[in-house]
Amino acid sequence: MIQLILPAPLLRLAQADNPIRLEPATPITQRSVLDALENRFPQLLGTTRDRHSGKRRAYVRFYACNRDLSDASPDETLPDEVVAGDEPFIVLGALSGG
Amino acid sequence: MAGVRVLIGTRKGAFIIESDAARQQWHIDGPHFGGWEIYHVAGSPADPNRLYASQASDWFGQVMQRSNDGGKTWDAVGNEFSYIGDLGEHQWYDGSLRPWEFKRVWHLEPSAHDPDLVYAGVEDAALFVTRDGGMTWTELPGLRGHGSGPDWMPGAGGMCLHTILLHPDKPERITVAISAAGSFRSDDHGETWQPINQGLHSEQLPNPEAEVGHCVHRLAAHPTQPDVLFMQKHWDVMRSDDGGDSWREVSGNLPSDFGFPIAVHAHEPETIYVVPIKSDSEHYPPEGKLRVYRSRSGGEEWEALTAGLPQEHCYVNVLRDAMAVDTATPGGVYFGTTGGQVYASNDGGDSWQTIAAHLPAVLSVEVQTLP
Repeated sequence: MIQLILPAPLLRLAQADNPIRLEPATPITQRSVLDALENRFPQLLGTTRDRHSGKRRAYVRFYACNRDLSDASPDETLPDEVVAGDEPFIVLGALSGG
Repeated sequence: MAGVRVLIGTRKGAFIIESDAARQQWHIDGPHFGGWEIYHVAGSPADPNRLYASQASDWFGQVMQRSNDGGKTWDAVGNEFSYIGDLGEHQWYDGSLRPWEFKRVWHLEPSAHDPDLVYAGVEDAALFVTRDGGMTWTELPGLRGHGSGPDWMPGAGGMCLHTILLHPDKPERITVAISAAGSFRSDDHGETWQPINQGLHSEQLPNPEAEVGHCVHRLAAHPTQPDVLFMQKHWDVMRSDDGGDSWREVSGNLPSDFGFPIAVHAHEPETIYVVPIKSDSEHYPPEGKLRVYRSRSGGEEWEALTAGLPQEHCYVNVLRDAMAVDTATPGGVYFGTTGGQVYASNDGGDSWQTIAAHLPAVLSVEVQTLP
C-alpha cells in the first residue's frame, strides 16, 4: 500500500481526501501508481498525463522523498520509502499562472 | 414558464443563477468546479435538467461534466477527444505550420430532441459529437479534413470552434464558425463541409476576400428563420439571407463594429443584439460606456441600450459566448463581462439589472427558460 498526495483541484475532482492509499501493481513505478490512481478514479484520466502517450502534462510535477521525479522514467522503480508506504508520492501543479 | 436558469462559465468555476417567472429576484449558486476554467455550460432543450459543462485547466487538461438534476450534482463523463486520421497542419501565429493538438472544449451544443446527443466545438478547431450523454466523443473529421487547414490560424484566444448552429428544419445541416478560419456548413450531418465566407472582407488577410482565414467571432440565427444568419466578425457585423452562401455588412451606425457576441431576440427574428468594443487592441467599450446595441431591422439601424448599465469608467469586455436570450415574454437578454458582472434584461434590453456583480471573469452565458 503506497500513499499518494494530490493537489487540491484534482482532490476535488476525485472527491477524495489526502493521502490516497493505493495498491499498485509491482514493480511500483510512476506508471503503475498512476494506473492505479486512474483505475480507482476514472475522472482523473488525462489530468496528470496524456491518455495515449502517457507523457506527463507540462504543468504537472512529481515529487517523493524530497526529490523531483518529474523527468524520471515512468518505468523507474520509485524510492524504497514510497514503495514501503512510509513516504508519499506527491503530484503537484506547477507554480505558474494565477 | 416556471422560471429562468442562467448558466455561467467563468475563469474560476461555474455559477447557476435562477429566478422565477418575474425575473426580478435572483439566487446565485456556486462556484461549481471552483478554480477551474469553465468555458461553457449548456442545457438540453429536450431535458432541462440535463446539463453539460466543459471544465478545463492548463495544468490538468480537459474534464467533461454532466448533471441530471439541473446542476445540483455533477458527474465527470468522458474526456477523450482524439482526432481521427491524419492530423494535418494549420498556421501558427508566426506563419509556420503546426499539427493539430487538442487543448480544450470551447462550446457545447445539445440537440433539441435528444438529451444524450451533444456537439462539441474544440481548440484546435474541430467538431466532436457524443450520442451517449458525454461518455464517448467522436470527431466529425470531414471539417478538419476539408483541405483548407493550412490556411486556418489561431485568433488571440486560440484556434477555436466556438459556434455550432443546428438547423431546426433540416437535421442534416450543421453550421459552425472558427476563429480564425471562418464559417463552414455541412448538409450531410457533418460528413462533408464547405466554407461559407463569400462577402466577408478582412483587411488583415493578404487576400481580404479569401475563401478561409476570416476571424468570425460568433454566429446567431432565429429558429423561425434558420437560413438568416447573423455574424459578429473581428471587425464588421454581417448578415446572410441564404444560409451563409453570401454575406453583406449590416454594421450601419454602430459606434464600433468590432465585438464578440451576437444574439437574436427569441420572439422577434429581426431583432438582434451586439456589444460594440472599441478595437481589437483595446478590448473595452468605446468611451468607457457599456452599451448593448439593438437593431430591430436585422441590422444597419442600431440603438444604444444603456438603462442600468455603467456609463462611465467601464473597461470590461463581453466574450463571444457570453450573451444569451430567454424565451419568456417579454423576451429576456443576458450577458456577462470579463469584470465578473452578469446583467439581465426582462424587457428585451430596454432596462438592465445586475444579477451578479463580483464573479470571476465570465466566459460564457446560457439561459434556460424552464417549463
